[in-house]
Amino acid sequence: MSRAKISLLLTALLMALVVVACGNESGEATPEPSASPEASEMPGQSDTDLESGGLVIYSGRSESLVGPIIERFEEETGIDVKVRYGGTAEMAATILEEGDRSPADIFYAQDPSGLGAVAVQGLFEELPADILERVDPRFRADDGSWVGITGRARVVVYNTDRLSPEDLPSDLWGFTDPQWKGRIGWAPTNGSFQAMVTAMRAIWGEERTREWLEGILANEPTVYENNTSIVAGVGAGEVDVGFVNHYYLYRFLAEQGESFPARNSFLPGGGPGSIVLVSGVGILKNAEHRDTAEQFVRFLLSEEAQTYFAEKTFEYPMNPAVKPYGDLPPLDSLNVPNVDLSNLTDLQGTIELLREVGALP
Amino acid sequence: MAHSSNPRLQRRTRGGRVHRPPPLRVSTALMLWVPSLTASLLVLLPLTYLALRVFSGGFAAWRLVFRPSTLEVIWNSGLLAAAVTVCSALIALPLAWLTVRTDLPGRRTWTVLVSLPLVIPSYVGAYLFIAALGPRGMVQQWLESTIGITRLPTIYGFPGALIVLTLMTYPYMYLSIRAALQGLDPSLEEAARSLGHTGWATFRRVTLPQLQPALAAGGLLVALYTLRDFGAVSLMRYNTFTRVIYVQYKSSFDRTSAAALALVLVVLTLVLLVIEARIRGRARYHRAAVGAARRAKVVRLGRWRWPALAFCASIVLLALVLPAAVLLYWLVRGWLAGEEFVSLWGPLRNSLSVSAIAALVTTAFALPIAFVEVRWPSHLSRFVERATYIGYALPGIVIALALVFFGVRFARPIYQTIWLLILAYVVLFLPQAVGAIRSSLLQVNPAVEEAARSLGRKPWEVLVYITLPLVRPGLVAAFGLVFLTTMKELPATLILGPFDFKTLATVVWGAVSEAFFARAAAPALLIILASSLPMAFFVVREETHE
Repeated sequence: MSRAKISLLLTALLMALVVVACGNESGEATPEPSASPEASEMPGQSDTDLESGGLVIYSGRSESLVGPIIERFEEETGIDVKVRYGGTAEMAATILEEGDRSPADIFYAQDPSGLGAVAVQGLFEELPADILERVDPRFRADDGSWVGITGRARVVVYNTDRLSPEDLPSDLWGFTDPQWKGRIGWAPTNGSFQAMVTAMRAIWGEERTREWLEGILANEPTVYENNTSIVAGVGAGEVDVGFVNHYYLYRFLAEQGESFPARNSFLPGGGPGSIVLVSGVGILKNAEHRDTAEQFVRFLLSEEAQTYFAEKTFEYPMNPAVKPYGDLPPLDSLNVPNVDLSNLTDLQGTIELLREVGALP
Repeated sequence: MAHSSNPRLQRRTRGGRVHRPPPLRVSTALMLWVPSLTASLLVLLPLTYLALRVFSGGFAAWRLVFRPSTLEVIWNSGLLAAAVTVCSALIALPLAWLTVRTDLPGRRTWTVLVSLPLVIPSYVGAYLFIAALGPRGMVQQWLESTIGITRLPTIYGFPGALIVLTLMTYPYMYLSIRAALQGLDPSLEEAARSLGHTGWATFRRVTLPQLQPALAAGGLLVALYTLRDFGAVSLMRYNTFTRVIYVQYKSSFDRTSAAALALVLVVLTLVLLVIEARIRGRARYHRAAVGAARRAKVVRLGRWRWPALAFCASIVLLALVLPAAVLLYWLVRGWLAGEEFVSLWGPLRNSLSVSAIAALVTTAFALPIAFVEVRWPSHLSRFVERATYIGYALPGIVIALALVFFGVRFARPIYQTIWLLILAYVVLFLPQAVGAIRSSLLQVNPAVEEAARSLGRKPWEVLVYITLPLVRPGLVAAFGLVFLTTMKELPATLILGPFDFKTLATVVWGAVSEAFFARAAAPALLIILASSLPMAFFVVREETHE
């Protein structure tokens, strides 16, 4: 008997779920009062929505970072924005496969190399001058195909239980010293790290970059998957220092409190270890909603959106009118080497070098 | 008797007469072959895509394949796949036997619990294991405060990858062995016992050989999953072949070399398929006698139930409780730090409905494929069955990009709708369903179906009233496997799903990838909970039927 009851109960539950699941499929009928704006609709209707105007974004930046500001744009303009979230590489590859058939109006990428991959295929339209002028030429494409929205500084994150800022060398070369053996964390598969190595090749040249990589490898660095796991590893004391982007630390501090035992060091010596990378956007040539797309890019560079990024994602605003978060040193004060981000798209060379020295599989 | 590895396409019955399958009627043939061939065309799309990519790239595409270090990563991949498969079998076989054949207390609960690790995405699983068991993880923190251990031995590299992948994939073998055990004819074992075999000898010489198709099918799924896994191996820092492919996509946006590398993965898969075909042979696994199968006698564990319970508990503890506990810890920590939580109702609904539809459609495609292959074996039917594994062996991103390529050109009306996504799931997960149904179908004596036919039943009536009820354990396993793996699927969902289509897995990914652990915890826990519901439903239903 009890079995039958359990069975009945579970059937009822499952049915309820399925009914609820299908309930919305017919679409227009019943908007639920309590549903959060993010609650997604059942599909099958997206096709008609695509034609009904609006804006289509392929975002290589995750929803937790850019979702709120896109929502704000929708609220302010009443424009219906469709977003596809994924990794920057996956979204870039998708656009490349779709070619000029892509339904996307905008590609919003986490790093310059993703934008570069699409730009090289000539899939971006040149942005209007008034947009380009808002951003320092260092942080946008030479040909005007994409523009930076936020900046991420390369820093060294260190464990505060083991080290104080004075113990750190003034630039990345210092870490090839044997005293750092077994104490370094890095992420050779990570896009930002690879962009830094590309900058090294541009600034130092091939040979010196190889020397540095071999020097670090001789110190047997611990390999991490990405910036997040490096910061976690430094915080947990698995390693003492790690090469990362500046803003991941602040997320840990926000979630785990100020006692989280890791801090950033902006290396005073400058060089490729101090480059600033950007996230950025480009408008696709075949964009169906070109005007809206331009409106959206202008919005992203507006003070409102830039303040959001500074305060919530802890990145550097590209709009000079907006101050960076908390006690972050201002962008101008960083010893940023003069390297053109458009030149950082020669990734294959970097990958080959990393493979040759044995840092990549 | 189940051991004759006669590779002949025709079966021998007891008397030694050649047993020919009855000729196929045109209507039946259409009913079976149309869906089978459609499915195999679908499955061959990714292969076509890879070939197009490689050929458009010329010889340069192969440069990466012919590096000396390629051999090393292939060896790494093969070693890991073999080790994970063996370890999974060692866990799954006893679990399946205990939960099907014995009076283990709480069998049904254990059945659900030990199947659930399947729904934990491997990259999340790896994160959780590192957080718990890493050199400076939670367990170490606890040990430091109690007995002063400052660092645990590292779990990174081969051991970590082996542990995580074993714990996340053994349910594949568990579910298929379980289905096979349920359909096993006890009379053989009883005969062996009556001829003086001990319990162990009976198991080794009679039961185990009959489980071969299930072991091979489950093992193949485990091995292929390991081959194509990216999340766990990269977090555990173990260089496998799939990592090389991903580096090519992620870092240099180079789709041509990546395609060439992926083709190597296809070749590796073909090797595994040949091995599996050798193991499974062409023996007969169904009951010899006519008449209804009886339920096997329940083995009384007696005193042995304590070690048995301890075994089940330790697996559940490691594979399910530990990850869930870390998730809970993240959730509470985030909650205390004032993290806001958003409604997960939409993603939950999407996850459940899309997984249920994918499981139904995939099972529907799998049934005719398995049926044709078992009942009317031919080179074509075997090719169709084998071909289904190709999609399963490729990394999700390859399948997704292949469907982008074809979808945007030739299937624009369903591009970026749920329907193309469902097709992607079919390509990805079809072999799970085919394998499960096939092993069940092998246990059904065709004589039963023929009897029904000779009594005047139409072919579809035989299928609906005779065959389907008899292969129910296989259908349930097929549905369950596809459902559970769809719950956690990521790359295809991200790339091919409709706009703003969120599932629990994509929400977890969005949060973990940006280090918002507290935000990832709730949806990840919800994946586990929501998956346990249909699992519990099927297990309970099954038992009430008996």
